[in-house]
Amino acid sequence: MSELTLAAKKRHVTPAAAAGRELYGLLVEFDDVEALKAAARRVREGGYQRWDAHSPFPVHGMDEAMGIRHTRLPWVVFFFGLLGCAAGVLLQWHTNAMDPQQFKFIPTFLQGFDFRISGKPLWSFPANIPVIFEMTVLLAALAAVIGMLAMNGLPRWHHALFGHPRFQRVTTDRFFICVEARDPKFHETRTSELLATLGGSEVERVYWPQRSPPPAWGRITGLIVLCLALFPPLWAYKMNVSLKAQPRIHIIQDMDNQEKYKAQQKNVAFADSRAMRPAIPGTIAREDAWALGTDPHFYEGRVGNAWAASFPPQIEITESLLRRGQRQFNIYCAVCHGLDGSGNGIVAKRAREKTQITSGWVPPTSLHDQTVRDRPVGHLFNTITNGIRTMPPYGDQLSVADRWAIVAYIRALERSQNARLEDVPPEVRSELR
Amino acid sequence: MASRVLEFDNTIEDPRQRAPLVLGGRDFTAVTDMVCAVAEAPRPPLAWYIAFTISAVLLVVLAAMVLYLVFTGVGVWGLNNPVGWGFDITNFVFWVGIGHAGTLISAILFLFRQKWRTSINRFSEAMTIFAVLCAALFPGIHVGRIWVTYWLAPLPNQMAMWPNFRSPLLWDVFAVGTYFIVSLLFWYIGMLPDLATFRDRAGTRARKIIYGLLALGWCGSSRHWHRFERAYLILAALATPLVLSVHSVVSFDFAVSQLPGWHTTIFPPYFVAGAIFGGFAMVMTLAVPARQLFGLKDLITRRHLENMAKIMLATGSMVGYAYLMEFFVAWYSGNSIEFFAFKSRALGPYAWAYWVMIVCNVVAPQLFWFKRMRTTVWATFAIAMAINIGMWFERFVIIVTSLSSDFLPSSWDIFIPTWVDLLTLAGSFGLFFTLFLLFCRYLPIVAMAEVKTVMPQARGTRHHGFDYNPDEFDEVAPT
Repeated sequence: MSELTLAAKKRHVTPAAAAGRELYGLLVEFDDVEALKAAARRVREGGYQRWDAHSPFPVHGMDEAMGIRHTRLPWVVFFFGLLGCAAGVLLQWHTNAMDPQQFKFIPTFLQGFDFRISGKPLWSFPANIPVIFEMTVLLAALAAVIGMLAMNGLPRWHHALFGHPRFQRVTTDRFFICVEARDPKFHETRTSELLATLGGSEVERVYWPQRSPPPAWGRITGLIVLCLALFPPLWAYKMNVSLKAQPRIHIIQDMDNQEKYKAQQKNVAFADSRAMRPAIPGTIAREDAWALGTDPHFYEGRVGNAWAASFPPQIEITESLLRRGQRQFNIYCAVCHGLDGSGNGIVAKRAREKTQITSGWVPPTSLHDQTVRDRPVGHLFNTITNGIRTMPPYGDQLSVADRWAIVAYIRALERSQNARLEDVPPEVRSELR
Repeated sequence: MASRVLEFDNTIEDPRQRAPLVLGGRDFTAVTDMVCAVAEAPRPPLAWYIAFTISAVLLVVLAAMVLYLVFTGVGVWGLNNPVGWGFDITNFVFWVGIGHAGTLISAILFLFRQKWRTSINRFSEAMTIFAVLCAALFPGIHVGRIWVTYWLAPLPNQMAMWPNFRSPLLWDVFAVGTYFIVSLLFWYIGMLPDLATFRDRAGTRARKIIYGLLALGWCGSSRHWHRFERAYLILAALATPLVLSVHSVVSFDFAVSQLPGWHTTIFPPYFVAGAIFGGFAMVMTLAVPARQLFGLKDLITRRHLENMAKIMLATGSMVGYAYLMEFFVAWYSGNSIEFFAFKSRALGPYAWAYWVMIVCNVVAPQLFWFKRMRTTVWATFAIAMAINIGMWFERFVIIVTSLSSDFLPSSWDIFIPTWVDLLTLAGSFGLFFTLFLLFCRYLPIVAMAEVKTVMPQARGTRHHGFDYNPDEFDEVAPT
């Protein structure tokens, strides 16, 4: 049976049709490596460019015999390795060491962050090396593989040579040389004669495969599958944008729906069907007196619309009140205002030393300033309760009576720094001299 | 007995010539037939069916245990305070370590031009892929809420919330992920010529289509081979520092902490040597039955087993040295707490595990000094099994003993594995062996193209001995 008929049988076409096909190239088969290399040298000397030698394994010395130049693949790998390195650096810097306030133009879901952990530096190279290294290797390896396949033109599932029956042995134990008809120096007779002298099998002709269009049933099935494949994403999109009366399916419950009664819910266990129970009769909230405004002088330091100038009637100025005020002042206020009230408490001292935070630091007022001395006691009381400027409120930490005691002590402190010798009792005067 | 006399012994060292790596005077056709027969035989050997059944059962057990864990919680394991890591991380480090041998054989032995690697590199690379898959399972399921493990990845979100790149647990994600991808690529690319062989020899149309798709149209073109070889070399060069870095990063999980027994700089090299050691033992465990069952004795020869035994001896000695150094430095440091941690390993509640580890990892491989032990197949198999056990116990000892006696004696507690722990460990072997048996049956088990390059016929008919170091600039005389 002729090669033509054999090839025709392989491709399920009649010999006559096979004869009318376009020639891909000429093929010669060899038995061993030495013959292949010698033949390759001869073909190369013949000046052909579009030709190739095929072997089941890489033949040592074939690159020189064929004149194959070194591939540029290593440069591609190097470039992508550098890219991977940069990607690793950028990823970690952006996600762990970037102040998002400086880059407000970035959309929220891509915003970076700065991880402040025990005052450690935001970017420390030794900790960031492992991921940088892995990204470098990953991108370089991907480039090597994809680059090699792309440069080789793979995947290429349809090759004219696959139609040739003997060529299947190329992956087992046979060697081939094929000169393509598209080569500029190709001449059917001369090339055939050259190949015949190379020491291989007889020269065979290889034809371009006739690609028949896919059968009708194949195309229809493919179209149906494609249409069906569009359903899931479209359905998912519809579910996402549509409104539903039912809540969404919630697979991982994660304590999201808890069987407990919340405020304003109904509970039929009680006669009034309320989950929330009213307060026990006689309960007084902490803020009741203040909220009801029954005694603004005592609770707020206010008389009418002005700050109270005198102490409320409940507060009796006694030595024990002043001692109490001194004790509470030393505990709560002296840290900023100092034990003498002049504003040199340890917090203020440290703030002055730490130059980085003086930008936001408002030094505590000296309580002996004329401004403070002129203020009515109600103003002072309000300052302790609600804070002023950068001073935080102390209303939650000190009872109302204690706050008035502190105000009284402040007045005593002010008096102590602005007194004349005549104000001191005679028995103590000698100690001051 | 008669077959032993006739069998060529390529473990004998003859200074006049290199030992042949493919026995039986075979040519390319015979080698191809021998390897393809494993996948092309109408039915695999009975032993394959038996092994596959057992593995499949264990795989089902694994699936059941994982589902039970996910639906019930991490309390089904024996973890407690302070032993927060038990079998889960032990298994993770065990399987990741095993994977490293495959990459060493593929990449590092390739760079060292060790031609004997060609018979074993394909299935050991496959072993790497499957071992890394088993390994990746454990960090995934041990987190407690596995449905939110996507937080491990730096995914954009509306909260500007990102993972902490200072954490070795995150370095693990990148390192093991990169290792898996690169190993997979290396394995697949290396398989292309052999998949093409399967395609060209395919009997049924289905096989032709499937292997044809996988082979990407490989046609053995020399121009393609040129780029292929370059890419292979580059991948080998990339995989070498990768394999060294991956297990170092895994060791950082421990070394970066403050726990006595963990916080030591010896861990990265110690773990890498241990990984190679344990991995080769697993390769040996797979190679010995495979060559027997699938008739590959003339490809995976006793010389190959002997070479693997030598590597196991070398890395085992390194691991033994590391044990000694750890102990010495703990004593020399004068830090009584550090020293106590090591004393309690040998004499404390887990002393039995420690001594199993010492016998299996330090004593057993020393038998490989004797050529008789190296060249006797069942002996290498037995010692390799011992090393497998020893390497698992090494990770167990490191993790559990250090955690169970941590900073304050009032916190100390003993870890006792539950039945779920034990079945999960057994099940992971089921996953591994199921995948491996499927690989043996459906994919090329030996790198035929690479084996052909180390046969004398590949260098031409001029037999000037075996050119062990092919150089591109060798003078090739024209015929």
